Formats: sequence, structure tokens, C-alpha cells
Amino acid sequence: MTAYLLRRLGTSVVVVLGVSIFIFFLLHAIYPSPAVDVLGPHANRVSILAWNRDHGFDDPWIVQYLHYMNQLVHGNLGFSFKVNQSVAALFQERWARSAYLSGISLLFAVVIAVPLGIYQAVKRNTIGDNVVTSLAFVTYAMPVFFLALILIQVFALTFPIFNFEASQSTSVLAVMGDWHSMTLPIATLTLLSVAGFSRYMRSTAMDTLAQDYIKAARAKGLPERLVLLRHLVRNACLPMITLIGLSIPALLAGNLITETVFNYQGLGLLFYTSLGNVDYYVLLAYTLIGAVLTIAGNFVADIALTVADPRIRLA
Amino acid sequence: MSNIAPPLPPLDITRGPEGGEVGPIQSGWRLALHEFSRNRLAVIGLGTLVFFVVFCFIGPLLYHGNTISTSLQNTNLPPGAGHPLGTTDVGFDELALLMKGGQAALEVGFAAAAIGIGIGALWGAVSGLAGGIVDSIMMRVVDVFLSIPFLFIVLIVAVKYGASVLGLSLIIGAFTWLVPARLVRGEVLTLRVRDFVSAARTAGAGRLRLIGRHLIPNALGVIIVNVTFNVADAILAVAVLGFLGFGLHYPSQDWGDMLSNGIQYMQDGFWWLVFPVGGAIVLVVMACNLIGDGLRDSLDVRLRRR
Repeated sequence: MTAYLLRRLGTSVVVVLGVSIFIFFLLHAIYPSPAVDVLGPHANRVSILAWNRDHGFDDPWIVQYLHYMNQLVHGNLGFSFKVNQSVAALFQERWARSAYLSGISLLFAVVIAVPLGIYQAVKRNTIGDNVVTSLAFVTYAMPVFFLALILIQVFALTFPIFNFEASQSTSVLAVMGDWHSMTLPIATLTLLSVAGFSRYMRSTAMDTLAQDYIKAARAKGLPERLVLLRHLVRNACLPMITLIGLSIPALLAGNLITETVFNYQGLGLLFYTSLGNVDYYVLLAYTLIGAVLTIAGNFVADIALTVADPRIRLA
Repeated sequence: MSNIAPPLPPLDITRGPEGGEVGPIQSGWRLALHEFSRNRLAVIGLGTLVFFVVFCFIGPLLYHGNTISTSLQNTNLPPGAGHPLGTTDVGFDELALLMKGGQAALEVGFAAAAIGIGIGALWGAVSGLAGGIVDSIMMRVVDVFLSIPFLFIVLIVAVKYGASVLGLSLIIGAFTWLVPARLVRGEVLTLRVRDFVSAARTAGAGRLRLIGRHLIPNALGVIIVNVTFNVADAILAVAVLGFLGFGLHYPSQDWGDMLSNGIQYMQDGFWWLVFPVGGAIVLVVMACNLIGDGLRDSLDVRLRRR
């Protein structure tokens, strides 16, 4: 187990390094230097060259990369020339809001998708199952922003129950309390994840239902409720662990679009505005963080699955 | 593939044939086609896709609407005579825009899927055939690319190079070859130890010939299924890029851009700027997914009966 973990950790570190090299190289190739953005479009060549030299942007890219990585391991994510603030400070202001939106949506998605999938598997091919399957299929084919637009149209404009803009408060506690404004963004992201999860949940629950231990439990006269609760739910949930671990990129993408549509001041919206401004270090840092989260998600899901399922032996 | 019919059991009119219908032996692909045509949802999906191809590419020949010049006396008209789907805030005809945007969506969708599958199939086949250290390095490269959130990296590149159909196709294709590469590698790993591959090798076939003539054609089932899902993903990606403002530029049109334009007028109740476009995206993506599901099921049948 320890040997496996170490080897797995080693591969993850190699992949993280590969990701950082690739992203750095790509950004470097697309935007060699933020000099023009900092000095303005009328800056002359000499001042641009001087600025590049002062900030190390005329070094070979491999030197710049090593310098960046050195700063990174010392906790310095770079500096946003556009907003004149360190990237770390920018992220510090916003990460909790994004984490709240994504976290609570993921939680709701799991809480909804698991019972839904089991309901579908137990009542398979009934009207209820077909309706849920169709709805999930349609939602799955829908761009996130269109889902958000429909929710806004129905629940904020036609029936003005909720706000069409997310909470603008800077304190996470205030955001959490503001259900009037936060329901629609959370609902958007939740529905998106439910659409992704529910069909896997349905099929794993159906596979589990066909297992012998379910038959045995029924044969010994266990009430159906207990068969489902004790034997089906716990076994059918196992693949969900992997699925949640793999869902991080989709969650980050959904988070970016949801924050943009609802104007929620989180990391996704920051990334979006940085795209327009070509805010080099913000783009670099957030993409790197996204990649690390993705790799960590896979890693944690693997470990969690081994803990949850003693049948899995790692070698 | 075997052409020898199984020996028929002695005729017993009191019992039906065991093991399902006994029919003439068909080729695998024809079986798959037959199975596909019996899958009602998949046929509906195919019909929807064909409808949209006709609508977007033949429609503009029959229906001429203004998508080029600003027309201030025709802004934000509701659907009515002369403008079946109304007009936008600069007086463009929404129905004509829908066709034009659909062209871009379908072109990018298929081109990006073709690029992605092309790279992925080659990468996977080479990796699977080579084996050993080359294989592990090539697969680690896939791991690296898969760990980068797709939308982020595509957005970063699209900001600079995303303003044309070719650019968008290349960008999306360049980051969607990873899953096909893994799938094709998996297929190749099982194929390369099969007799016909050894036979080809003995006959002196080189690596390129092995990949081009023997491995990829036999992995075609997996590849085709993946193309349809990649088309769906690419169309969604184009919509997202357009919506965020990094899609095609005027005079080209894309559906995502139309939606982001329409969102400004939602409070005014200009529904025709939002829901026809959104519905079109959902229908096309759903059609591709339905076709993909249908193809996967029918190719399963082909493999099962082989």
C-alpha cells in the first residue's frame, strides 16, 4: 500500500511538472511579454525592451520557467500588472467564494444523483425512470450558460422568486446567507453535475441489483427497504467516488461559466476578465491550480476508493 | 470472419429455435447498420442532424435574410411577416443568423472531431504498437494533457487564434485527441497479438502499413463512436467560446455569440433572441449523442456476433 502510494505520488508529481512546463511554454509562445499591456499601446520599442530586461522577459524561456517555478515553491504566484496586485492576494480574496459555490453544488449533486439513480434502477423502464433519463439527457446536451439562462428566465423574470445576479458581498458568510441571490447559480451547477452523474449511478445501481448478494438478502426475507439501504446503496455508491474525483475539470469549467453568467466575484470570473486583459500570471496560476486540482482529485479518489472498498488491493 | 453457417438443428416444429432467430450470415458492418436502423432514438438523432445540415447549408439558398448591414428601422422586431424569427438589436434577421451560425457550429464540430480523432488514432496506434518505454512516455504525455482543464487551455489559445473556423477547429481538435488516443491504444493492445497482425508482420509489413492497413481499420468501430461524441463536445465548446466572446468575428456568426447578445434583452422579453438559438444547440448536441449511443450499441452487436 505504502509502495503503491509513493509510486502514485511520484507519477502525479511528474505529471504536474509536465503540465507546468506545457502551460508555461504555451503561454510564453502566445504572449511573449506583458510589456505592451503594462506600458500601454504607445510605448516605444526602447522602453519595451528595457521593461522586458528589468522583469526578466528577455531570458530564454527555460530560464524564465525555472525562475517562475522557484518563485512558485516559495509561495509567490506572480504579479498581476493589470490590477497591480499580487496574484496570491487576488486569489486570497476570491477563492473561498468559488470553493463555496463549487463545493455546495457538488454536495447537492451527489445528494440528488445517488437516490435518483437508485430510484431509476429500481423502477427501471417505468415512466418515472424514462422522464428522469430524458431530462438528464437534455441537460447533458445543454451548454451551461443556456441552462443558466433558462433558470433566470423562469425563476427570476417570469416568476421573480430569485435574483438573477449572484450575491456581490465580499464576505463568504454573507454570501452563504443570501439564498435569494445564490439559489440560481448553485442550481445551475448542481443540475449540470446531476446530469453527468445520474446515468452512471443508474447503470451501477442496475449492475449491483443483479448481484447474488442482493438475491441472497431478498431470499432470506429481508424487507426491500433494508435490501436497498444496506446492500444496494453502499455498493452502488463506490463508482461514484471515482466519478466525483474525475469530475473536477467539468466542475471548474462549469464554475467559470456560472460565475460569468451570474457575475459572481470568484476565481472563474477573475479568469474570464483576465482573458480579456491578457493578464498573464493570473491565467498561468489558475490553469496550474486547475490542473493540480484535477490530478489531486484522481489521486484522492483512488485512495478513497481503496479505503471504502476492501476488495480492492493495490500492488 | 467466419463464413461457415453453424449446423442447423433437426427441425422440431413443436419448439422455436434456440438461441434466437436463425438467419443468413451477414457481414458485421451490415449487422451493425441493421441494428442501428432498428434503434428508434438513434434514427431520430440522425434525422435531426440531417435536418440541421440541410437547414444550415441549403436553407440560406432559399431564404435570404439580412445578416450583413445594420438596419435601424428593423431593430428587435418580434417574429412576424418578413422575419419569421424576428430581428436583433442591429436589425439582422434572426432566422438567417441561425443558419449562418449553424454552418460555423457544424463545420467546426466536424472538423475539430476529425482533427482530434486523426491525431488520437495515430498517437494511440503508434503507442500501442511500440510498447515498452515509448508507450509509457507517450501515455504520460496524454496524462499531462488530460490533467489540464480543457476549457481553460482552449480559452487561453482561443483569445488569440480563435477568430476563424479553421482556428477554432484546430484549437478544439488539438485538445480533444486524448480520449481517442487512449481508446485506440487499448484496441491496438488487444489487436496486435492477433493472428492476422502476426501474419501481416511475417509477410513483411512495416509499422506504417500495420497501423494504416490493419490496426486502425480494425479499431474503426471505437473510432467512429468517438467521432460522434467529439462532434457534440466540439459544438458545445464553440458555443461556450462564442458566448464568452472568443468565437468567430463579424461577418461570421456563431450560436454562442448570438446567445450572449440575446441575454442583454432578456428583461425586455425578447425571447426570440435566446430560445431558438439555445434550442438549436441543444438539439444538435443531443442528436450527436443519440447517434453515438446508437452506434455504440449496434457495434456491440457486431462484435458479439463476430
